[in-house]
Amino acid sequence: MTEKTHAPRRVLAEFTYELAPAQRGYTDQTLYVNLSDNTISARPVTDVMKDKFIGGRGFGLWLLWHAVEDDTKWDDPENEIIISTGPCGGTTQYPGSGKSLVVSISPLTDVVIDSNVGGHFGPLLKFAGWDAIEIQGKAEEDVIVVIDGPGGRVTIEEAPDAPVDTYPVNHWLIEQMTEKEEDRYFMSVVSAGTGADNTRMGCLNFSYYDRKRKAPRFKQAGRGGIGTVLRDKQVKALVVKSPPVRSDSNHPADPERITRVGIKMHKEIHDYDDVQCRMRHGGTSYLVQIMNDHDLLPVNNYKYGSHPDAPKINSTVWEERFAKGLTDGCWYGCTLSCTHAVDGFVPRTGPFKGQPVIVDGPEYETLGGVGSNCGIFDPDDIVEMNFYCDNYGMDTISFGTGTAFVMECYEAGILDEEKTGGLALHFGNADAALELLHQMAHGEGFGKIAGQGIRRMKQHFVEAFGADPQFVQDIGMEAKGLEYSEYVTKESLAQQGGYGLTNKGPQHDEAWLIFMDQVNNQIPTFEDKAEALHYYPMFRTWFGLCGFCKVIWNDILPPDNAETDEPAKVPEHVQNFVDIFSGVTGREVTKEDLITMSETVYNFQRVFNIRLGHGRRDHDDIPYRSVGPVTAEEYESRAERYDKQLQELLGLDPAGMSTEEKMAALREHREDQYERLKDAVYARRGWTNDAVPKVETLKKLGIDFPDVVAVVEKYL
Amino acid sequence: MKVLSYDPELCVGCCVCEETCSETWFKVVDSEKSSIRIQDDGQTLLHATFCNQCGACIEVCPTEALYRDKRGIVRLRKKLCVGCLSCVGFCPYGAMFHHADQEEPFKCIACGKCVAECPNEALAIVDITDIESPPPPQPA
Repeated sequence: MTEKTHAPRRVLAEFTYELAPAQRGYTDQTLYVNLSDNTISARPVTDVMKDKFIGGRGFGLWLLWHAVEDDTKWDDPENEIIISTGPCGGTTQYPGSGKSLVVSISPLTDVVIDSNVGGHFGPLLKFAGWDAIEIQGKAEEDVIVVIDGPGGRVTIEEAPDAPVDTYPVNHWLIEQMTEKEEDRYFMSVVSAGTGADNTRMGCLNFSYYDRKRKAPRFKQAGRGGIGTVLRDKQVKALVVKSPPVRSDSNHPADPERITRVGIKMHKEIHDYDDVQCRMRHGGTSYLVQIMNDHDLLPVNNYKYGSHPDAPKINSTVWEERFAKGLTDGCWYGCTLSCTHAVDGFVPRTGPFKGQPVIVDGPEYETLGGVGSNCGIFDPDDIVEMNFYCDNYGMDTISFGTGTAFVMECYEAGILDEEKTGGLALHFGNADAALELLHQMAHGEGFGKIAGQGIRRMKQHFVEAFGADPQFVQDIGMEAKGLEYSEYVTKESLAQQGGYGLTNKGPQHDEAWLIFMDQVNNQIPTFEDKAEALHYYPMFRTWFGLCGFCKVIWNDILPPDNAETDEPAKVPEHVQNFVDIFSGVTGREVTKEDLITMSETVYNFQRVFNIRLGHGRRDHDDIPYRSVGPVTAEEYESRAERYDKQLQELLGLDPAGMSTEEKMAALREHREDQYERLKDAVYARRGWTNDAVPKVETLKKLGIDFPDVVAVVEKYL
Repeated sequence: MKVLSYDPELCVGCCVCEETCSETWFKVVDSEKSSIRIQDDGQTLLHATFCNQCGACIEVCPTEALYRDKRGIVRLRKKLCVGCLSCVGFCPYGAMFHHADQEEPFKCIACGKCVAECPNEALAIVDITDIESPPPPQPA
């Protein structure tokens, strides 16, 4: 790469290699970077990795398992950040084929987090020669890691002058490392920000160069605080440059099979997106109105499911705000094109006050999280919080749900202006929420406390402010230490499980069953729910092994989908994925094989959690706010529904009962239901009643390795 | 802007246009490599598919490989193409083609070679003088 008239960065380590193209989706090697002893090496991808772990999240889990000890903490040097796309990642013909998975031990949960992200880094890393990158150790001073595919060179470089926040560091790197526009096309950066230095909820930003806007754009590996891990390792950025991407960069086994399915999918999107979810126009913002209409939009810390101001932040608004006529896919060939931006936004606070910026989003989760869940319905306020979370490297979901918790504590009198340093954090106060965001990013004032996340805030509020432990436990919407994402699950037992029975924490990527359960009543029995809580997490896991986006699976539907046997599974699209996977890898698979592949990785991840000291039945406990009404006002807001349930399900007469008595009866029933759901789901998954995978399950999946069996044996 | 036009009344279905096009651009006689396709839909008259330079594909291309040249013709810069085939899927007329032997899709660029070879003058290059409004993208 050309060095311009900048002070050369001191190179701490250098590794040269011959760039070999991927074959059938794999380069067959992973890159290992150790920042403590400044070593870089190539590691082979083994048959076990490809057969059993496929790629993406599977590779991340496998490599992390072998990197850490049983007692490794997130901020120990042994913890790693592993990024991998998967064999189908980097395909250009099929929409949504550029995703990557990031795996690490989370500062919020202390177990493994896997985080899904778009942008170009993972596929370009592969085309630069590497199926995955492992970052282990910690640098003494801030560094950048540069993977130069065309140059065949990987370096760890000191970067004292590089900014930390995502917008400035990306512009700095573009200026340092590129001369012409074309140099930027096949470059991608992973960065975090000062918010990742100072909170546990740091996210990673994965860039891609937007040729029409002539500017970098950012997708997020949001969940779990992996940005915090990056900054703890003293990394400011990972930079990859690859050769130009071509349709055959993966050298697939059967390009025509891929082409056929890709063109069919582009046509389907062209013909039907306008009249279905309108992703090309409004992205995921279409969910705001639907959730609001079904009483599922989180409002005021999940107390309520709808609000009369929801139309102020629904897709009608965003279809106007998002720049039109641009190709907003986060990888080449994604015609679902959902990753929109608000251009020329001028923040009213913070370091970018008064300067027009491009804001990536808002996505539904951000609209729900920093918007409705905090009682905030002004689009500009949401856009500004979106912008600064991205820039500072903070997860909008953890920030949103965390701030909603703080606001309820404020309104309940647990917090006051004295405790918050003057921030009047009641629901709807966007000024205070923005000020809190800046404080969190800088590690100042009340922001220092909020930046710890809900689990640690609960503890602090009890110890330092005398909060009622039961109340904060009930309303603090976190499980396993991770903040909930933005759906109200009170009336859907299946989705309570969808969030609670996860490996990583309450993130909807594992299962989204609300419609099937609450709206369409398609899974009435425990066994039905258990079956759904087996199939859907397994199926949804599969995307993250291969490099696929889930949006392309069910946010667009073939016209005859409703007439198929199982419309919720979208069988034609599942077949498409079979075709792409087999077409790339040459490995003939069936739809059922996809589930088995995922089961293997999923069970391995469960065992990993157990190895790290958690992962058993009590790890799947959830706060009561996610199950039923905590406060009288919540009960009263749905009194008719709840009274009816007391009558029909429990044979009680609500007329003779006080609100407190009714709430207690409902709570006992619902908490018992969740425990029974656990029983049914664990049995279906081949686990003990303590949520430990049985040896015969591990054997069936071919992961009964001695070190894996040794973990579970203690509990069998 | 000069674009290809077709008169189904004069077409005898000989497909010499297809042969000429694939010969010109791919050095082989193969209707699958032609940018004009003559089709029999079971109607009285035959039907031809070829690009009318509407430009809907330009907007959907993620790499700006598709552009309108000085003559107003929509062209593809092969060097910028990543073979995503979004243009093939999004062409309202089904007039952007793809063949396994070539990464980049291909389309009619109104070169006029087929016009010269048509035995019945069913094809012509005509001037759409108003470049500001090319044919609107209609569903195929």
